[in-house]
Amino acid sequence: MPEGRIKLMQGNEACVEAAIIAGMEFFAGYPITPSTEIAELSAAKLPRIGGKFIQMEDEIGSISAVIGASLAGKKSMTATSGPGFSLKQEGIGYAIMAEVPCVIVNVQRGGPSTGMPTSPAQGDIMQARWGTHGDHSIIALYPSTVREIFDTTIRAFNLAEKYRTPVILLMDEVIGHMREKILVPNKNDIKIYNRKKPTSGPKDYRPYQVKEGDIVPQMASFGEGYRFHVTGLVHNEMGFPSNDNKVAQNLINRLINKIENNIEDIVEYEEYRLEDAEEIIVAYGVTARSAKSAIDILRDEGLKIGLFRPITIWPVAQRQLEEIAKKVNSILVVEMNMGQYALEIDRIAGKYTRVGKYGRVDGELVTPEEIVSFVREGKDCQAN
Amino acid sequence: MPSQLIEKYFRTNSLPHIWCPGCGNGIVLRAIVKAIDNIGIDQNNVCVVSGIGCSSRASGYLDFNTVHTTHGRALAFATGIKLANPNLHVIVITGDGDCAAIGGNHLIHAARRNIDITTIVFNNNIYGMTGGQYSPTTPTGDKGTTAPYGNIDANFDLCELAKAAGATYVSRSTVYGANMIIKQVEAGIKNRGFSFIETLTTCPTYYGRKNKKGDPVDLIRHLKEISVNKTEYEKLPEEKRMGKIVIGELYRGERPEYTDEYIKIIESFKGEI
Repeated sequence: MPEGRIKLMQGNEACVEAAIIAGMEFFAGYPITPSTEIAELSAAKLPRIGGKFIQMEDEIGSISAVIGASLAGKKSMTATSGPGFSLKQEGIGYAIMAEVPCVIVNVQRGGPSTGMPTSPAQGDIMQARWGTHGDHSIIALYPSTVREIFDTTIRAFNLAEKYRTPVILLMDEVIGHMREKILVPNKNDIKIYNRKKPTSGPKDYRPYQVKEGDIVPQMASFGEGYRFHVTGLVHNEMGFPSNDNKVAQNLINRLINKIENNIEDIVEYEEYRLEDAEEIIVAYGVTARSAKSAIDILRDEGLKIGLFRPITIWPVAQRQLEEIAKKVNSILVVEMNMGQYALEIDRIAGKYTRVGKYGRVDGELVTPEEIVSFVREGKDCQAN
Repeated sequence: MPSQLIEKYFRTNSLPHIWCPGCGNGIVLRAIVKAIDNIGIDQNNVCVVSGIGCSSRASGYLDFNTVHTTHGRALAFATGIKLANPNLHVIVITGDGDCAAIGGNHLIHAARRNIDITTIVFNNNIYGMTGGQYSPTTPTGDKGTTAPYGNIDANFDLCELAKAAGATYVSRSTVYGANMIIKQVEAGIKNRGFSFIETLTTCPTYYGRKNKKGDPVDLIRHLKEISVNKTEYEKLPEEKRMGKIVIGELYRGERPEYTDEYIKIIESFKGEI
C-alpha cells in the first residue's frame, strides 16, 4: 500500500490494510454480511506477504483456528457480524481464559437473530461486554471514520498483544462499506507492539506466571522448545487445571485486573466542543458523526452543548465521564439501539446528573435533525 | 520400558490422571507416545490438541505443545495451528461425543481439506465425563442415562464417515490390541494428509455398568470377540459378519495436502515482492 499518500478507501478495506501493517499473518473467517469484504481482502492479500487465510466451515471454527494460529505465534484476526458474533462467544471466552491475543471484528447489523443483514445497527454493545459466560473484562474499540478504522485496527492488535487478550473491534455497517479519503501513514510513524517472549529458558518457563514488572505472562509460541499446556479450565501458573479455590479466585482477579487496572492506557476518546458545555451528548461510531452535526446546529442557536465520544467502548472511560457528569446539567446518550450504552452511562453519571437516551433500531441512521429536535424539545428518553 | 515412556513423554507433575479404574484410555495414550517414540519425533515439534471429555484430558498429561480446547473444536484449533506452523506434527485426541456430535462439522471439513493432522478418536460409546449419556456411537438399543429405555438413534460408522469426507488414512483398532494402535498411529503420523484412527475403548463406569456388560476385563474381552481384521472380515460369509466390527487399516488415499497447496500459492508470489 502506498505510504504517505491520500487514498480513497472502504472501511472494511482500511481494516485489512491496517491489520497487515499491525502484523497480521493469519485470518480465519466465514462469509457474512456486512463484514465479508474483510475476509475477501485478507484472502487476496495474506498469501502475497507469506501469511495464511482460511475460510472455515463455520464461525466457531474460524475463531478456534484464529486462537490456534495465535498460539503458534501468528498475529491473527477474524471478522463477522451479529449472528456470527453470537457464535464466536465460545472462542472469545477461551481466548480470555487462556490469554491468547487475537482480534475479532464485528461489523454490526440489525438483530436479534438474522435481523437486518444489510442495515446498520449498534446493538452489540452489551454482547461485546458480556457475550461470553463467566466473569471477565474485555477490550472493545469503536471507530467512527474510515481513517479511524485504520488507526483503531492497529491499536486493537497492539492491545491484544500487550494485554494477551481478545480485542473486539466494533464497526458500523455504514462505515465498513463507506469510502472515505485517508492519508496512509508511513510505516515508520506507526507503533507496533509484539507479545513479550519468555526471558527464561524452557526449563524455568511457567506459562501463566506474571514476572516482576510485566503486566501479563510472557508468551512462548508452539514449536519454539517451550512445551507448555493451554486450557480453558481454571489453571495454575503451569497452565494445568486446578480446582483450588485460591487458584481460581486469583486467576479471575488477575484476568480482570490486567485490564481494569490499566484503563488509562486502554481508554481512548474524543471530546468535541466540551469546554463550556452544560449539556453533553455521548455517542460513538457513525452516530457520533450525526451528533457532531447536531451539536454545531445547536451551538449556533446558543445552546452550550458538546460531545463525548468513546473510541474505547470497553472498558468504559469511567473517570472522565464522572468528571464531566459533575459539571453538566444533563447527558444524552444517542445510539442505534434501545439504550445499551445509556445503561452504563447512567450507572456512572446518574448520581451526578440527569441521563437521557435516544435511539432507533429500524435500520436507519440517527440523523442530526432528529437529535436537534429531540434536544430542543427537552425530552429525556425516547427510543423509536 | 513403560516407565521410560512415562519419564520421557508424560508430565509427571500433572499425574495422577482423572480416569476411572478399568478405563481403557490409558492403553490408547501409551500407544500414542510409543508410536511417537518409535518414529523418533522431537517432542518440541509435536502439538497435541484435544477437545472436551474424558479422553481430551490426555493433552495435559503429555509433555508436548498441548492444548485442551473447547468442546468439539479440537480440529478447528488444530487447523489454525497446522496452517500457522506446518512444521509441527499435529495430533488431535478426541472422543466420540466430542468428534462425532458437537465437533462433527469440523471433522468432515478437516478430512475434506486433507490437512496433515492425525486424529485419534477414543470411542467409548458414551459421554463419560458428564455421567453416561448416549453418544452418536452408542449402539442402537443400548442404554445411557438419557436413553433409559434404550437408544433409538442409529450409531455412526466414524471410519466410513472420515473416508467419505476425504481422509487419506483411515483405520480402526481396539484397546485389546495395543500393538495395532501403535502401528496405526505411526502410519497416521507418517501419512502426509488427514489421518483418522478410531480406537474402541472401554468405559466400565458408565457404559459397561449401565448396559450390564460386566467388569473391565469382560469389556475388553468383548472388544476382542466382536472385532475382526479387515482381510478376515472380507472372507467371512454374510451371515457371520453380523455384529462384527472391522479393524485394521481400512483406507488409504492419495490427495494433495492442504498446507502444501497453500504454500504453493505463497510461493507463486515470491517473484513479485
